[in-house]
Amino acid sequence: MSDTAILSISGLSKAFGGLLAVNQISFDVHQGEIVGLLGPNGSGKTTLLNMVSGALPPTQGRVRLRGRELTGLPPHQIARAGVSRSFQLVRVLPSLTALENVMVGAVFGPDAVWGAEAEAIARALLERVGLSGRERQRPEAMTYIDQKRIELARALAADPQVLLLDEWLAGLNPTELQTGIALIESLHAEGRSILMVEHVMDAIRSLCDRCVVMNAGAKLAEGTPEQVLSNHDVIAAYLGDENA
Amino acid sequence: MIFPMQRREVIAVAASMAALALLAGLPLADDGFWLALAITIASYVAMATAWALFSGPTNYVSLATAAFFGSGAYVVSALAETAPWPVVLVAAAVVGALLALATGLATLRLSGMYFVIFSFGLAELIRQLVTYYQTQFTGSVGRYIFVTISAAEIYWQLLGLCAIGLFAGWAINRSRLGFALRVIGDDETVAAHSGIDTARAKVLLFSISGALIALVGAVMAPRFTYIEPQIAYNPMVSFQVVIMALLGGAKRLWGPLVGVIPFVLLYEWIAGRFPNHTHLLLGLVFLLVVYFVPQGVSGWLEKAWRKLQGKSA
Repeated sequence: MSDTAILSISGLSKAFGGLLAVNQISFDVHQGEIVGLLGPNGSGKTTLLNMVSGALPPTQGRVRLRGRELTGLPPHQIARAGVSRSFQLVRVLPSLTALENVMVGAVFGPDAVWGAEAEAIARALLERVGLSGRERQRPEAMTYIDQKRIELARALAADPQVLLLDEWLAGLNPTELQTGIALIESLHAEGRSILMVEHVMDAIRSLCDRCVVMNAGAKLAEGTPEQVLSNHDVIAAYLGDENA
Repeated sequence: MIFPMQRREVIAVAASMAALALLAGLPLADDGFWLALAITIASYVAMATAWALFSGPTNYVSLATAAFFGSGAYVVSALAETAPWPVVLVAAAVVGALLALATGLATLRLSGMYFVIFSFGLAELIRQLVTYYQTQFTGSVGRYIFVTISAAEIYWQLLGLCAIGLFAGWAINRSRLGFALRVIGDDETVAAHSGIDTARAKVLLFSISGALIALVGAVMAPRFTYIEPQIAYNPMVSFQVVIMALLGGAKRLWGPLVGVIPFVLLYEWIAGRFPNHTHLLLGLVFLLVVYFVPQGVSGWLEKAWRKLQGKSA
């Protein structure tokens, strides 16, 4: 099983002074798999994602992409190695058009394409996320979900080996949520490997092949969504012991 | 988008070449007041354009202009009597670039206000270092510069530097580096996570900008005849360049150009009419500019142009 691991995280820890935000987390993401990273607020999910993408250097442990050491590399090198991400609070580039926003991923990603080729990739991805015909608009004039679409398209433009999504579905209304889930499902269908931090239970049940649940920095459970969501410890972590 | 050269760009390049040729003829018409004014304008256009190369896309406001300008002038004072002029210019450019490189590497982690303050402190630090060096080792603070070079030649060299600055800006805008800088200016976190080596891009561009400003300092040095740190590293130069570039609009290549000309004319007028209150009035002008023309003259002109086109269409 470990030989098909694309992303392998082993013994990863992060301490902020005396606070152990992430404590000895280990798990793998395999080719074509969507792994959900769950846990109550403040359990260290985003910190873990930040260590994978290079935003934070880990205190301990290793991150490897197809056996290649990513631990401690700066974010631009990790991005070029094939890890793309979205951000918890959507981050689009306000002075660039939608098309240029998406091109950024292709131009500076692992393939380093430029010119008409980058433009073609960006155009195709804008269409893919449902924004065709809006290439020249600026993201600030767009709705929240459209900005999230741009961010997703930008991450995909790098043609990443692993896609990290940090609560990409959060803050969407029910209709938008269905669209969003369908979009990620289509990425799953084309064999993308995704690690996603998510709170939306519908999305977790329908999308994730496996889930890792964190609580207070430590790994609480790992398994299929059904397994972890019926796990006694997981329910206790979310709802308190008396409800478990 | 940015890739194949468009008809508009071809026209712009042709028009700039024609304008440059026309401007180059100025010393033939007048070699007194107007040439002196043109030299001032050309030197500030070159510096503001070079400043905006880095600060325009990245939004990093640098107050280190005087450090580069002064170092360029000092290279001339040190080498002009022994080395041929082209060698002096190359040395000035190299010194400017190295200074920018060192500054850049030291300030990689700074952004926003911290960078502004650091860049200002750097210029002051270098001024003090030069003063210290001169009092300790050369015995006198000032230096005479004897270079036989006519005002017209200085003017032509400055025009050349303006052209180089504009051409560099145009070439960078079309390149991956220019695209990277726009992303950095918008959101450095996104830039880094998209695969941009933000430190490298910033330092590279800061060095190009620093080399150009040092060249302006070198070309202008013979005009001073006598330089001392207070003159060469005058912090007013840094502030004026920022004001001019912002007045014109640092986001567009031709922005500094349309900022410098009205500013220099206004400065000449204020300095002539109210010699005791020059800086007070300039400060007031700066406040008004930031308040009423936040996008700069170029942004304002573009808006007016679009409105005009909208009406005729």
